[in-house]
Amino acid sequence: MTTANQNALAKYKNNFLKEVEANVEDGHWVKMCMQCGVCAGSCPLGPHWEHSPQKLFMMIRAGKREEVLGSDSMWMCTSCYNCIVRCPRKLPITHIMHGLANYAHRLDLAPKGQPTRDIAKLFWDNLAKTGRVNELKFSLAMYFKDGFGQGVKNAMAMQATGLGLLKAKRLNPMEIIGGHKCKDISGIKKMIAKAREIEDRRRGLA
Amino acid sequence: MVKKQYAFYPGCSSQKGATASNFLTSLDVVVDKLGIQLNEIPDWNCCGASIGYGEGGELPRLVINARNLALAEKELPGQDMVSGCPACWLATRETHERLAEHASLLAETNEALKEAGLKLNNTVKARHMTEVLIEDLGWEALKAPVVKPLEGLKIAGYVGCQTNRPFGIAGESFENPKYLDKMIETVGAEAVRYEQKVACCGGALAFSEPDKSQKQIRDIVESAYDNGADMIVTPCQLCQANVEIYQSEINKKHGTKFSMPVVYYTQLMSVAYGGSAGQAGLDGQVIKADKLEAVAKK
Repeated sequence: MTTANQNALAKYKNNFLKEVEANVEDGHWVKMCMQCGVCAGSCPLGPHWEHSPQKLFMMIRAGKREEVLGSDSMWMCTSCYNCIVRCPRKLPITHIMHGLANYAHRLDLAPKGQPTRDIAKLFWDNLAKTGRVNELKFSLAMYFKDGFGQGVKNAMAMQATGLGLLKAKRLNPMEIIGGHKCKDISGIKKMIAKAREIEDRRRGLA
Repeated sequence: MVKKQYAFYPGCSSQKGATASNFLTSLDVVVDKLGIQLNEIPDWNCCGASIGYGEGGELPRLVINARNLALAEKELPGQDMVSGCPACWLATRETHERLAEHASLLAETNEALKEAGLKLNNTVKARHMTEVLIEDLGWEALKAPVVKPLEGLKIAGYVGCQTNRPFGIAGESFENPKYLDKMIETVGAEAVRYEQKVACCGGALAFSEPDKSQKQIRDIVESAYDNGADMIVTPCQLCQANVEIYQSEINKKHGTKFSMPVVYYTQLMSVAYGGSAGQAGLDGQVIKADKLEAVAKK
């Protein structure tokens, strides 16, 4: 168990709602949910998760900490924002899903090997390196995230797609040795580190 | 004519050699004919897109967007920021609004921005290109430069998610926005009935959950065929890439014979305004938009 997780357990004891309100993006909205289920019926990936946002909100109120933070449901969010615009009480549901996913990831309670969790980290690390996303390196990192053998298989399976993009000049093989980047990379790195430091301190993750 | 000036945020996918580079190509003729001047924000960075939250959390994500707003504020004062990419626009507008609402977040943001030698007063409005075209130019002005109306072309207007939600275009409905259909008609083509117009293509989950996303894409393409469309048009870079690129994967897995071109609204406008196939970025299609190319070559 991570130290941050132990600290959170000690600090909030049996009040998971309070923990979510303090540490999860837009978490203070959770208790406003009136359990209508419109979010559940609006999600494009609805058939693929166990806990709809509506259920997660009730589980938070019922103190089901492990079940919520260990759920892979919020990782099914495609950021389509259907739930936000349809919620009768205007809960920022998409943001809360993102916030729950991030909090679970940072406490290392999110499911290991969850594919969206993995690529979300790869994506952020990619952009934080140069200030801009390097699509080629990001794609390769995704293909090879489960080892070299699997990576070769993945890359071969997507070969036709890659060649199509190459032909259309929408994939630049030279990106591998550099590619687009910001000038003030060092400033950007320091700025991101500072932001993370402030937020981690505020959330007891430092 | 005095040109309308905007602080332009192109976004990662629109860069040379990236997946949406043909969007930027096609934009040239459009802004030129409409008297718009796009001033690129110097040294802009990535917005974090829709998947940045996982590792990035809230404040780091707000801060990277605040850097772009601060650069626009400082280097291109008085200009609205405009982005062609819905994810860039959404992230920037969300940042602008959240920092306007929460003084403590703005203070924290500025503490981090100081590390990059910047400060944000949060005065810049973040807008999407379609908003600028519709609200600042208007439908009459968008129609005026049409020299090659796209007569006979049947097009499915696929708005997708993030151009439409949670902000969208003022006055439009989230469930059945009409502006893209109106754009199709403005350039002389026919907008077909299209019930998948605001469906989700899977977004970034096209990478992590390919089967689930390809189910979405299959519905989006199938409906275009069912409604007799020659092509799909979209304002979104990720929708364009997902819906075009994965058709061959879906064909492999399900024995379908999808070959539905997917273009940007700016490509339609570029051709209708007299741009060549090259100027409209049509050489950037993985699935060739033959009927649109034919109009360009007329």
